[in-house]
Amino acid sequence: MRKVAIYGKGGIGKSTTTQNTVAGLVEAGKNVMVVGCDPKADSTRLLLGGLAQKTVLDTLREEGEDVELDDIVREGYNGVRCVESGGPEPGVGCAGRGIITSINLLEQLGAWDEKFAIDYTFYDVLGDVVCGGFAMPIREGKAEEIYIVVSGEMMAMYAANNICKGIKKYAEAGGVRLGGLICNSRNVDNESAMIEELAKQLGTQMIHFVPRDNMVQRAEINRKTVIDYEPEHNQANEYRALAKAIDENEMFVIPKPLEIEELEKLLIDFGIAN
Amino acid sequence: MLLRHTTDKVVERKALTVNPAKTCQPVGAMYAALGIHGCLPHSHGSQGCCSYHRSALTRHYKEPVMAATSSFTEGSSVFGGQSNLMQAITNIFTIYEPEIIAVHSTCLSETIGDDLGQIVNKARTDDKVPEGKHVIHAATPSYVGSHVTGYANMLEGIVKYFANNTDELINQINLLAGWVEPSDMRELKRLMKLMKVRNVLLPDTSDVLDTPMNGHYEMYPKGGTTIPEMASMGNSLHTIGLGEWATKLAAIKLDNQCKVNFTIEDLPIGLKATDRFIQALSRVASVSVPDSINDERGRLVDVITDMHQYLYGKRVALWGDPDQLIPLTEFLVDMDMKPVYIVSGTPGKQFDKRMKALLEDKVPEAKYKNGANADMFLMHQWIKEEPVDLLIGNTYGKYIARDENIPFVRMGFPILDRIGHSYFPTIGYMGGIRILEKILSVVMERQDTNCPEEAFELTM
Repeated sequence: MRKVAIYGKGGIGKSTTTQNTVAGLVEAGKNVMVVGCDPKADSTRLLLGGLAQKTVLDTLREEGEDVELDDIVREGYNGVRCVESGGPEPGVGCAGRGIITSINLLEQLGAWDEKFAIDYTFYDVLGDVVCGGFAMPIREGKAEEIYIVVSGEMMAMYAANNICKGIKKYAEAGGVRLGGLICNSRNVDNESAMIEELAKQLGTQMIHFVPRDNMVQRAEINRKTVIDYEPEHNQANEYRALAKAIDENEMFVIPKPLEIEELEKLLIDFGIAN
Repeated sequence: MLLRHTTDKVVERKALTVNPAKTCQPVGAMYAALGIHGCLPHSHGSQGCCSYHRSALTRHYKEPVMAATSSFTEGSSVFGGQSNLMQAITNIFTIYEPEIIAVHSTCLSETIGDDLGQIVNKARTDDKVPEGKHVIHAATPSYVGSHVTGYANMLEGIVKYFANNTDELINQINLLAGWVEPSDMRELKRLMKLMKVRNVLLPDTSDVLDTPMNGHYEMYPKGGTTIPEMASMGNSLHTIGLGEWATKLAAIKLDNQCKVNFTIEDLPIGLKATDRFIQALSRVASVSVPDSINDERGRLVDVITDMHQYLYGKRVALWGDPDQLIPLTEFLVDMDMKPVYIVSGTPGKQFDKRMKALLEDKVPEAKYKNGANADMFLMHQWIKEEPVDLLIGNTYGKYIARDENIPFVRMGFPILDRIGHSYFPTIGYMGGIRILEKILSVVMERQDTNCPEEAFELTM
């Protein structure tokens, strides 16, 4: 089983990209499980066709310790197994602890049991890794490869670089590696070349450039992935290509985060100056 | 050797604390809350915190210490402890019927960001707090400060909730007790009675943690500062806080909230600090010092002069809390003893300044340190580098006393292995005599045991 975590700046499109890519993998015959690690619990909406799912922590709160796997795992598009860890309402409690609790609980309950024959687990993590809890998916024994969703906008690149610092810390202690950057285009000038250069400097690759297309939004409003909603559309092929690239990926590295000056130079060389 | 891993040289340490000279904030918050009448302390956190803090107090006072807990589960740590505390407040007022619940936080509830003020307010607006009953609160994360900080925070919380200025001046003074024993609280009241000073003593743990055995269990013993007394503190003439670390926050709160001026004095331990306390009382309450108190002072001076030869030049190591250590150091220096090593786990920059002023001229070789890195391990290393004649501090020094074979006087918190502290004060002039008696007993006993036979004296 390959265990993948998707990180990236808040609002960059992690959940959308993850679900569309997962649809591509599922379509190619893979058995996939998606674990949403965001208190908003919206990481599996497109796969399930809505937000109806009960989160792990809601279940834990209501049923106490007496939780069963069937209470929290739901099957979505083409049999993909979906879990939302959930969390407290904004402003109270500890969302980070919630992720730790729910991943531990999933392990205890045997969510990754061999009988499920899972090929891929995707952890979709809240944008800003603000505390140890949000790093839970990349601790030892959890996700082994990480993809960072990024765009050519400065703050997205800045966040990607910061996430690399976190990965480096855990990579040195455990087995987690960076698999590449996924560029989710915002139609910034020179975007593809700039992200390729950023990837190169970080010591990794741009695994795929996902062009911007309104079809993604249209599918989303219908609570579906593009592959599900409009399988013949070109954007569906883009996600299929990304899924294939991840499936065939063999480049796993410990990233070399950039100094802030290097990052700014990159922006000037490729973006603002041109 | 019990502490056989202590090296004889001080090694530079960057991160590690070994045998800290302090304990958790909530221990102090609980102790302060027990000094108000009809109060049940409540620990907002997991059960283990509450158990430990209760037992820390029970082991010292040898009295049952009751406190409730929010009893956090994993779910509470994720979703916040509001529902637990709301339920606790309802249960406690229904089952245990205190007048007051004093809620303090713990490391866990502080870290997940529970807002005690907001939760307690919600309990009030949702009618969880019955008419005439009260819920007060204080934030007490143990990764900040020490048990003394917790005591100070709870004292501030008490004053903030109860003290009320109604524009009628009352001819009384507020006395904020630092962290002292029930016996010391009794002694403070005795002194103020002799001085004819009307007062409110807050907190007052006498008749709470030194109750007589009479066959009945009282969950809320007769002692403790009462609600009308605490409310009246806002109308007092003046506040005297005894011990900067324990009482300054509350004194400032009283000043800001009720416009009652304050003076901070040292705990009246030893001759000079007691002099300053008595003078401050006399000044702010406009009373004269009665002969009986002057006589007590004279008796203390008499003991010092009679026994000076046994005290002179003795090297002493002490540890504990700053409010006690500062006047105790002054007392020892005044008797020509040499307090050479002093540590306290309680942080606060004033410690260095005060110690420097006391020791710079008379004991220039003295080493002192406070804060998270000042621990018993460091003091033990200092002692191994150059020994001392006497140890003064809480029970945790007994390992050093045994390993290094040094006479040991127990003072401070906690004392887990001897009695007396609950019943015999160490503050005031009479308390000074008791300290002297304890010091002289161990020093002279040592001389009797170790001196050559030809120097063995019947009269000393």
